[in-house]
Amino acid sequence: MNNLNIEQLKLTETVGNIYADDAKMSIRNANVYYGDKQAIHDVSLDFAKNQVTALIGPSGCGKSTFLRCLNRMNDTIDICRVTGQLMLDDEDIYAKDLDPVLLRARVGMVFQKPNPFPKSIYDNVAYGARIHGLTNNKAELDEIVETSLQKAGLFNEVKDRLKDPGTGLSGGQQQRLCIARTIAVSPEVILMDEPASALDPIATAIIEELIDELKEKYTIAIVTHSMQQAARVSQHTAYFHMGQLVEMGKTEDIFTRPSHKLTENYITGRFG
Amino acid sequence: MIKTPQTQQETAMPTITEKVTQSLKKRHQKERRFKRIGLFAVLFGFMLVIVLITDITSKALPAFHQHWVKLEIDYNNAWLNVSSTADESLNKANYRKVLKKSVYEMFSSSDKKLNRKAKRQLFKLFSTNAEFTVKDTLIANPEYFNKKTAVWVRLDDDVDSYLKEDFAVGDAGLRISKQQALWLEKLSSEQRIERRFNFSFFTASDSREPELAGIKGALMGTLLTMFVTLLLSFPLGVAGALYLEEFAPKNKLTDLIEININNLAAVPSIVFGLLGLAVIINVFGLPRSAPLVGGIVLTLMTLPTIIIASRAAIKAVPPSLREAALGLGASKMQVTFSHVLPQAMPGIITGAIIGVAQALGETAPLLMIGMVAFIVDVPSSIVDSATVLPVQIFLWADSPERAFLAKTSAAILVLLALLLVINVSATVLRSKFEKK
Repeated sequence: MNNLNIEQLKLTETVGNIYADDAKMSIRNANVYYGDKQAIHDVSLDFAKNQVTALIGPSGCGKSTFLRCLNRMNDTIDICRVTGQLMLDDEDIYAKDLDPVLLRARVGMVFQKPNPFPKSIYDNVAYGARIHGLTNNKAELDEIVETSLQKAGLFNEVKDRLKDPGTGLSGGQQQRLCIARTIAVSPEVILMDEPASALDPIATAIIEELIDELKEKYTIAIVTHSMQQAARVSQHTAYFHMGQLVEMGKTEDIFTRPSHKLTENYITGRFG
Repeated sequence: MIKTPQTQQETAMPTITEKVTQSLKKRHQKERRFKRIGLFAVLFGFMLVIVLITDITSKALPAFHQHWVKLEIDYNNAWLNVSSTADESLNKANYRKVLKKSVYEMFSSSDKKLNRKAKRQLFKLFSTNAEFTVKDTLIANPEYFNKKTAVWVRLDDDVDSYLKEDFAVGDAGLRISKQQALWLEKLSSEQRIERRFNFSFFTASDSREPELAGIKGALMGTLLTMFVTLLLSFPLGVAGALYLEEFAPKNKLTDLIEININNLAAVPSIVFGLLGLAVIINVFGLPRSAPLVGGIVLTLMTLPTIIIASRAAIKAVPPSLREAALGLGASKMQVTFSHVLPQAMPGIITGAIIGVAQALGETAPLLMIGMVAFIVDVPSSIVDSATVLPVQIFLWADSPERAFLAKTSAAILVLLALLLVINVSATVLRSKFEKK
């Protein structure tokens, strides 16, 4: 049923509403190139403050690439080039005088596969605060570690074994540890790249609940493969297709009455 | 089993199960054959090592013992040619005469005087070092002055070999006369000959006299050289590898550097020795035969090995770890030193040990910088003249004296033991890093 000719549907404009009233990050005409190959075409959208924005789309549509531009993680790839205007509050995040280290302290990231450091649980959470020199003494650091673990809903499970290696936790716990680690630096925005894709349904549910709580304090951008997850956790959804932003809008609108044929196909085709 | 009705077609064609069963037999056979070949290869290698170690050990054993003889020494002041026990006079006294006269006295009787030839042969039974043992005994115990006392001295290496190795008088290669053999028999019947553990093998340096030659000089030389090598090659190698892997831009220049490093690892080691002679000694004027120069030359040799191994270890660190740290706002330096390096450390240590083990057994490059030399003093710093274990083995293997045969094997054992110590400590270090 999906035998649509994609060439025919090649789009020029994004449909829906890309603007937010209270935008934490606003992206205008972003293009990303890997060498000669263009991975992202002219994407513009806003991330609303203290809300969850989900980026969905089929594999290879560029949603992860786009997410990684938001804290300049793509800088580590030599051939990657980004153009356009990417603003965090009123600052251009690709400005020459902006240090990516500072940017990443403000825009944290949680990755697809849980990747705790091979250190103790305590050191995992304390790492960010330590490298940025956020605390003056051990008591303050203890405080940060405890509150971060509490916010990530992990504290009660690990409070007796903070000295144990973080890699010894279960997958879901590891991912929450990574979230706690990110929170410990007190970022303004948290980017999540399919944070639950390597987890079982129960661990996923816990993470989703957590995301819902976290949006009170942080602006969240989440890339996900799961329609239901996007529907459950996000307030805004952006649908990407072949490096282009096809449609963006309120999550309930996208999932109940998508305006673009491609969006509709994607949503219904997978979960009809 | 899948039961299928027997139709015409199916009886003609073998079923899938039959086909699989047929090929399975062959596949299992192949597997078994390969296992046997592998097992044979392992056993063969293991056997060779066992043969090698047993051979060397059996040959080395005699070197760890030597024979001493108890002589009645008469510290006669006339023979000593001094009148008091004052320090300087004891130092100058004629102990050679004391030793000779005492020995002649022991072996001559009133009815039979020793002739000159007999005296010479008799004196040859004892190590050239015996005179100094006699001297040291008196200096340590001045109360023996003008008295007769028993002193233990070393026997000569030829005598030692005769006592250790079931020779018969007159055998080829034996350097003992019938008369000497008779004297030895007399000494041993009087319980004057004793077999002792050869401590001086570990406490003395090289000597022309096999019964006095020890390994300490070469061992110290090796340790000092390895110290310099490790001190230079490890930090340089790791820094080079980290720079190339984590910081350097990927372009033609870094490609060229990589090719050159790989080539450097294959350069014959004597070339590094020539370089050491031409540049380090002749241009920079560092001392000849010194562990410092040896260490620098061996660093050139081990550096490529360490860089290549370290780069492989650094490459193997999962990128997710780097991303995690970068995502938290760690700078490149912080990512490299607090995450990449500790993770890569076990691999880096393995590379460094392989490099150092290689350097440990190297003789050729040291040939050119004068570390192949007869050095009697134990080196105490990295600029003293020194030799190293493999060179010592080479020198001893080249010596004509029979007793050096055992010394050669013993030195090889010491070298192998050192290698073992290095490998074990590396394994311990590795597991320490892996636990973290």
